[in-house]
Amino acid sequence: MSTQPQEYQAPVWNEPVIMEMGYPGRRGVVFSDVGPDIESRVGPVADLVPAGVRRRQPPALPELSEPEVLYHYLRLSQQTLGMMGVSLFGTCTMKYNPQVNEELAWRPEVTEVHPHQHEDTMQGTLEIVHNADLVLREMSGMDQFVFQAGGGAEAAFTNCAVVRAYHASRGELEQRDEIITTIQTHPCNAATAAAAGFKVITLMLDENGYPSLDALKAAVSDRTAGLMVGNPDDMGVYNPEMKEWVRIVHEAGGLCFYDSANFNGTMSKIRPREIGFDACMFMLHKTFGAPKSGVGGPAVGAYGCSAEVAPFLPAPLVVQDGERYHLDYDRPQSSGKIREFFGNVPVVLKAYAWVRSMGAEQIAQASDLSVLGNNYMEKGLLAIRGITRSHPDATSPRMEMTRYSVQTMKEETGVDVHDVLNRMSDFGVDPAWTSHEPWLVPEPFTPESGEMYGKEALDLWVAVMQRISDEAYSDPQIVKTAPHHQAIHRLRPGVIDDPDTRAMTWRAFRRKTGR
Amino acid sequence: MSASPLPEDGPALGLIVNPVAGMGGSVGLKGTDGPRVLEEARRRGATPQAQERAYVALSRLAELAAPLRLVTGSGELGETPAREAGLDPLVVHRREPGISSAADTRALAETLASRPVDLILFVGGDGTARDVLGAVGDGVPMLGVPAGVKMHSAVFGTNPRNAANLAALFLQRSPRAPLRDAEVMDLDEAAFREDRVSAQLHGYARSPYERHLAQHAKSGGHPGEDGSLAGASRQVAARMRPGCLYLLGPGTTTRRVSEALGVPSTLLGVDAVLDGESVGLDLDERSLLGLTADHETYLVVGVLGGQGSLFGRGNQQLSAAVIRRAGRDRIIVVSSVEKLAALDEPVLRVDTGDDDLDAQLSGYLRIVTGHDRSTVLKIST
Repeated sequence: MSTQPQEYQAPVWNEPVIMEMGYPGRRGVVFSDVGPDIESRVGPVADLVPAGVRRRQPPALPELSEPEVLYHYLRLSQQTLGMMGVSLFGTCTMKYNPQVNEELAWRPEVTEVHPHQHEDTMQGTLEIVHNADLVLREMSGMDQFVFQAGGGAEAAFTNCAVVRAYHASRGELEQRDEIITTIQTHPCNAATAAAAGFKVITLMLDENGYPSLDALKAAVSDRTAGLMVGNPDDMGVYNPEMKEWVRIVHEAGGLCFYDSANFNGTMSKIRPREIGFDACMFMLHKTFGAPKSGVGGPAVGAYGCSAEVAPFLPAPLVVQDGERYHLDYDRPQSSGKIREFFGNVPVVLKAYAWVRSMGAEQIAQASDLSVLGNNYMEKGLLAIRGITRSHPDATSPRMEMTRYSVQTMKEETGVDVHDVLNRMSDFGVDPAWTSHEPWLVPEPFTPESGEMYGKEALDLWVAVMQRISDEAYSDPQIVKTAPHHQAIHRLRPGVIDDPDTRAMTWRAFRRKTGR
Repeated sequence: MSASPLPEDGPALGLIVNPVAGMGGSVGLKGTDGPRVLEEARRRGATPQAQERAYVALSRLAELAAPLRLVTGSGELGETPAREAGLDPLVVHRREPGISSAADTRALAETLASRPVDLILFVGGDGTARDVLGAVGDGVPMLGVPAGVKMHSAVFGTNPRNAANLAALFLQRSPRAPLRDAEVMDLDEAAFREDRVSAQLHGYARSPYERHLAQHAKSGGHPGEDGSLAGASRQVAARMRPGCLYLLGPGTTTRRVSEALGVPSTLLGVDAVLDGESVGLDLDERSLLGLTADHETYLVVGVLGGQGSLFGRGNQQLSAAVIRRAGRDRIIVVSSVEKLAALDEPVLRVDTGDDDLDAQLSGYLRIVTGHDRSTVLKIST
């Protein structure tokens, strides 16, 4: 692999959207009539669809032949960048999903299991889920995991539901209506706390890059229901005072939740329970090598907690009773359902396979590599003109990722972070991730090297940044008008920010654009 | 007036350079308001800085925003630095000998507003901002290239190049550079020279700022500054307790609370509300103290300027005596997280003129940032 940037040319197809393609009457598959033999046995075929759900008008679908459909989606796939180059997408912990695990998940023993089956007929499935639970207990120090949540945010919501049930059981829910989080904890924590009916107190950072103990002390009270915090945070900054944080919140009567979605830098090094946390969350599609499948799932947010909090977990739990596995619904203090059934089994299976193939030693090594890779990149990136680091004077180390800023470059050349990201894609490198909102660091970008890529991939990434900086300071228009080699030049900004123009469906698009 | 050849279309930018801006600062005069101070500054050896800062901003603008129709005044009012930066301005105003720089600024601003232009870029400080605002009001958007001694107003770019970057985005009609109401503040220079700080809020200008737009799915879902403030204001209004007096400080944030209540309000004054009704507009300290005598009193204030000022800048009517009547526990601060995140330092400042009160106010204070959303920030003197 070359570590020098090479300009690349994406295929340009200028494909219309599928709804604008096709010809009236064209079909992919033409079915023959059912014929008198079948009709005589089942009656009129159309009557098989109850009258109440039958369409009055045929659906307004595009009319294409099968090869036309295949060409279209092949072309679209060629016009995306995702994971085709080096992709160091901060806070996402991008990992390769081994083909052998995909093969396992497609075996009929997995695909043909139905959650409504009797548990006696899916002992193998339950064994995998239970063993995954045991693995996560070992890594977290917690006493019980549940896999119901379909993603990280749903696991955060699980925590809010559990916190609610816990305080309700003690008659304190009405009084304890506040959840404390931090500005650099993933925003799903604040959002799910609000969705669960809590008031949210968000702590700001001080000069060390994390909120001060005094700010926490000022926020806790007898109204505190809980703390929801990530560590390391969204910038890879590790708060070394977390044990004291947990002590303070416990003293006030709140429960502490560790959003350990960004676990790569600390896995095998710390256990959330040993810091004192009552509960934590892992994203199996992130740290544990299962596919992301697009943000929002299908995925799994594995939520684990201490024995004290476990009675309030959503049901059912997968439990082992001697030789057999059960779905335990008999949980009178349960917070109820978060999602149907007991988890996305194929995702749990892939995560379990990943853990088993890695083993404890290699998991520790993967964690070391992700921290080493990030700090190696930091050395290279901070040597580039126009790039600085968040909280440059803070002594706390950066773990698996670092937040950088091109504010200096913007002031000196007019090239901003979106120009830089656009230009990156000209070299076949996936544009870096910026930051969650609000931007605390101006013109931010946040690479996360992970353990998957070799040193040469990290060198290439840094070399691309060096090249873009050189261009910004010598001929900024090259960067400001990038990308030059992409399927689409520049998107018009703002369209998806404005409720009057953004559209999630074709029908909404036509209504909002008057087409 | 000489009409230079200009591109037929393209955005029109009005340029006003205050040639003497910033001269007082380098020689310790804390401002350059008025001819006598200017004379003293010259006597102390001050040299103009505005031309250089204008040149830096215009050079960046020349790189970023072509075609550009630049409209300005003669010589040091804009023409000279514009030509040095390679731009070809249309001169619509000539300096009159003997006229003050403030009068020049106002006259040029009025001419620009009448043409009209899409944006007035001025090079100066708070005094210049006041003069431009006084001449054009909120009719024409304005943006400042910082070149003054005092810059407490929220209409300035962080440096000349950044101001030019923002101006270019705005002139290109980028949705990343929308307009907002920005505070125009000025200190009383005479008091400032005696080491007394007395800042007045003079009004609100329409000014562009840079907004971060969602680039991909991961950053979506944020309700935005406007929505958060609307929620916060409605909640503050809904939670007002019967029989209690609420004093609403100056600013656009507290104005939203009045709007949520459906009561009249003043933008620059302190207004009073009791049981959902307005009981006083634009009140002075004496009237405020009179009202507080009979009622448990709450203060509702926003955060002023980029320095995070809570009391003592632009809301001096809320004096030490008024604040004492309310008490620390009855101060309701409303601000967007975005505004707090953009503070120079993560602290709020109080300067009530009463050291004991300032000390009592210090420590962490809860700030309402949205519906059921809050944070805590340290108060510093």
